[in-house]
Amino acid sequence: MTAVLELLGYYFLNVFEQTGLWFRMLWRTIRWTFRRPFEPREWLRQMVRLGWDSIPVVFLTSMFTGMVLALQTFNGFQRVHAENFVGSVVALAMLRELSPVLVGLMVTGRVGSSMAAEIGTMRVTEQIDALKALATDPVQYLFVPRVIAGIVMLPFLVVLGDALGIGGGYLVAVKLMNANSVLYEQNTYQFLELNDIWSGLIKAAVFGLILTLTGCVRGYYTRGGAEGVGRATTNAVVSASLIILFTDFFLTKLLF
Amino acid sequence: MISLQHLYKAFGPKQVLNDMSLDVERGESVVIVGGSGTGKSVTLKHIIGLLRPDKGKVIIDGTDICTLNPVELNAFRRRFGMAFQEGALFDSMSVFENIAFPLRRHTKMTEEQIRARVEECLAQVHLELSAGDKRPSELSGGMRRRVGFARAISLKPEILLFDEPTTGLDPVISDVVAELICEMDRTLNTTTVTITHDMKVAFKIADRVAMLFQGQIIEQGTPEVFQQSSNEIVQQFIEGRAEGPLTEIETVDRRKRLRE
Repeated sequence: MTAVLELLGYYFLNVFEQTGLWFRMLWRTIRWTFRRPFEPREWLRQMVRLGWDSIPVVFLTSMFTGMVLALQTFNGFQRVHAENFVGSVVALAMLRELSPVLVGLMVTGRVGSSMAAEIGTMRVTEQIDALKALATDPVQYLFVPRVIAGIVMLPFLVVLGDALGIGGGYLVAVKLMNANSVLYEQNTYQFLELNDIWSGLIKAAVFGLILTLTGCVRGYYTRGGAEGVGRATTNAVVSASLIILFTDFFLTKLLF
Repeated sequence: MISLQHLYKAFGPKQVLNDMSLDVERGESVVIVGGSGTGKSVTLKHIIGLLRPDKGKVIIDGTDICTLNPVELNAFRRRFGMAFQEGALFDSMSVFENIAFPLRRHTKMTEEQIRARVEECLAQVHLELSAGDKRPSELSGGMRRRVGFARAISLKPEILLFDEPTTGLDPVISDVVAELICEMDRTLNTTTVTITHDMKVAFKIADRVAMLFQGQIIEQGTPEVFQQSSNEIVQQFIEGRAEGPLTEIETVDRRKRLRE
């Protein structure tokens, strides 16, 4: 019993410690963002890496999610003769929820992990110390461009995901399930509000911040050689995914 | 120029520096020797502010760097050049970009001036500009050290720090690297602190050798004086003998730690 309590205590302390560390690094990142020298070239490089290079993953994920969503809802809605509303459901679900969360999770797997691995390797090969020795703050040089890339590029990826998901849903409903194309299209846009779009984009920017900062923090505090880098990478993906899902609930509640 | 005053540093239960003091004069080349785990790297990292002591002062040119905030410390570090054990080159950049990195960040030099300065730094370590296109992963151990040296001197530092510059190199390349350090020390007129456990290298490049043992400097002097030291631990270390007081003390310590 004591051992269980001890373990629980250790677990909670660890969670609090990590949360504190995360917010401290967030504060440091914010402060260093506005200090010279700025690194536009590095910012651009990270934006390309996070945004442009993630397009194939976002393309497949969003398109198939939209398609499967249309397929599933069409089956269900047909039973109550409401198949014309499939379009609205797909559009709302993609814009408000699925596109930001799925893009966030996919980019976490693709980019958050590689950031943790890259910065972690820099830590174990003394490159972070070398940065400091060259009078360069690692938070300014490594964190700031990555976090900015996340905040800026994720909304773009989500817009792409929205379009592809809605397009995929349309293809399945109209071409595969023979829904009325005019009605489907009409219903897709009829019930949409501007709030549906921007709430998804705000979520995307927040998820962009979470996944990049978590990847950077995990990498930065890597210890213990190759094994440590592996652990940091796994931790970055698991923690960022959990924080994204957790934050998603509260953001939805707040933005509704 | 550099004054380490009564430094204490512990990592968990292990006391690495234990009332460690050392002074380095301007223009002097000091080599700190000692076995693995005696705190040589930790000492070097204190000099450049990569680590902060639990107690004690690190005074560089009259400034206690432990009292500086991160921004001030960053600015202060421009006076240092540090060459790391394995080079610690940025592997996402080419050799040229590695050496140009501090110049691009901290100076307003034009691309042409940067190119000229990189060429100058490469020449100082006997490399040609054509080596600049290579990636760090394509370089041999000796080459990586040289590029590390070139990067360390690019901002014309007043203080040069070398962390185990010859570890893992063959004897001939080790000697070449030691020669290079001597040459840099002479021509660049810097204050140099090197840590190594290679006594041959130490005697070659040092104006003064200091031995670190159990977190304290137990002996220091010119290479000639150091070699004549009456301290048995120093003599055992110079000769590289397995038996002697150094081994006995370390064995007792290890047992004590295991029991704890």
